[in-house]
Amino acid sequence: MTGFPSAVPLLVAQTRYQLVTFRRIPVAVFFTLGLPLIMLVLFNALFGSGTFTTSEGEISAQQFYTGGLAAFTAVSATFTNLANMVPLRRDEGVLKRWRGTPLPTWIYLAGFIVSAVVIAFVGVVLMLTLGVVVYDLEIEPAKMPAAVLTFLVGVGSFAALGMALAAMVKSASSASAAANAIILPMAFVSNIFIQVDDAPGWIVALGNFFPLKHFAESFQDCFTPFVEPPAFDWASMGYVALWGLIGLVVALRRFTWEPSGSAPRGRRSRRAAVDATS
Amino acid sequence: MPAIDVRDLRKSYGEIRAVDGLSFRVEAGEVYALLGANGAGKSTAVEILEGHRTATSGSVQVLGVDPASAGRDFRDRIGIVLQSSGVEAEFTVREVISLYGGCYRNPRPFDEVIGLVGLDEKADARVGSLSGGQRRRVDLALGIVGRPELLFLDEPTTGFDPSARRRSWDLIEALGDDGTTVLLTTHYLDEAEHLADRVGVLSQGRLIAEGSPEQLIGQVSGTVISFMLPESMQVAEATSTFGQLLGVDIRLSGRLLEASVEQPTAAVHRITGWAVEAGVELESLSVSRVSLEDVYLALTDDSIGGDA
Repeated sequence: MTGFPSAVPLLVAQTRYQLVTFRRIPVAVFFTLGLPLIMLVLFNALFGSGTFTTSEGEISAQQFYTGGLAAFTAVSATFTNLANMVPLRRDEGVLKRWRGTPLPTWIYLAGFIVSAVVIAFVGVVLMLTLGVVVYDLEIEPAKMPAAVLTFLVGVGSFAALGMALAAMVKSASSASAAANAIILPMAFVSNIFIQVDDAPGWIVALGNFFPLKHFAESFQDCFTPFVEPPAFDWASMGYVALWGLIGLVVALRRFTWEPSGSAPRGRRSRRAAVDATS
Repeated sequence: MPAIDVRDLRKSYGEIRAVDGLSFRVEAGEVYALLGANGAGKSTAVEILEGHRTATSGSVQVLGVDPASAGRDFRDRIGIVLQSSGVEAEFTVREVISLYGGCYRNPRPFDEVIGLVGLDEKADARVGSLSGGQRRRVDLALGIVGRPELLFLDEPTTGFDPSARRRSWDLIEALGDDGTTVLLTTHYLDEAEHLADRVGVLSQGRLIAEGSPEQLIGQVSGTVISFMLPESMQVAEATSTFGQLLGVDIRLSGRLLEASVEQPTAAVHRITGWAVEAGVELESLSVSRVSLEDVYLALTDDSIGGDA
């Protein structure tokens, strides 16, 4: 008998399948890729002429918005996207169907995550291209390794957090609400839409607690003229990765393949933990 | 080695005993139907056999392995058609069949699958645009794309129109003839009667009868006589009159009277003699072989009555 198809082509096929799905859901494309670009244009039209003063130096509003919204796009494509799509597929029974096939479950989930990272990459490149062409964003080659690493740590961590949220919510409709209820307020306190260093202390503290600000700032740094190359912000990356790790643990412990309510309560979570780790 | 060997299977959810001491075997190549009302424990039992749920106790061997700990190899050898399980609506029928087929060691070619389930003209339609019955055929297609040795069909034709139902039956029969073992759950008695080599009747989580459809029908011996009660007759009066005439218990649903008798010729003679004498016409008078439905009703009546 012939052997099973090997992992790499299966993962490529799964990633492609998730990307095609994304492309065929216009609302997902709009909110993930379109809306941040519109925000970039609007924020620059409204506030683009000014500068922001940070503890380290002055940054033009245009550069501030481009770097921050690029990071926000990466978070939308991973955290928000996964927290929406995975519970949707679970509610539809698609996850359960896949679990009954010989496809290893990790490849199915990896297809989700890799596709989210690809979408994040496309979104960030679009954003930075617009920034370079229209808003005087400077790309310094010496800082690009830091930009790539920061990006990877960020999308990896936010993908894990998205899976954790997907594992915790009961249904797809509550998932969408929960993801937005988390990410939008977080963006306001995390130097994405507005600069918050001279905001009230509790807002600064909130921003410092959650990972988004650390990701956004370390990513912005890679495009800020006064930050010297190579611009690796190890402390921020470590903090983001720590959140990612917590997300991963929650996702592994709580992940379920079946719609909630398909089995009487109580038994599923334990079973799911066994499945997710096997 | 039997394809499925279940011994004293139990599954409880707290106080609820969904499966309560179920034992049965399905031989390789057999088409076996688990028959039972909603809530009889069919789906729970089947999902344990598929590996989707773990048993509380008992032993389960499917294709020689315990599905609870079975891996990729096991899932390559089975096909599952769940009762309600979505398919990616954004994809065409062709795309989903290739995508799912690509995970198996030796998938059926696309043209063969689409021909078997009779969806040729919908091959390039998005799954989201299909009717309920057509989607159910996509379910079937995904169940057979991996050339399973054992196919689980959980209520495969619920919601089908009669012609789609016939076509699915033909497909299931063809698979059975081909040597595929099929475990079917259904609450349609005619479906079990038509398709199954053997039937297990499930009630309250355990088997209350098992055998070929002919054997089960043979257990409830006799022939069914039925007719509509004459307009002039009260229900209470009918029960005593016809009960005495036929010498058996009669069943009434609405004004339809049914009775299972051992000697139909004599029984018809008595009934029609009475009717001619009384000057009434017995509408819809029919004499027919006992069907699996009569067996099922008799069995489930007994078991519920016995427990109460």
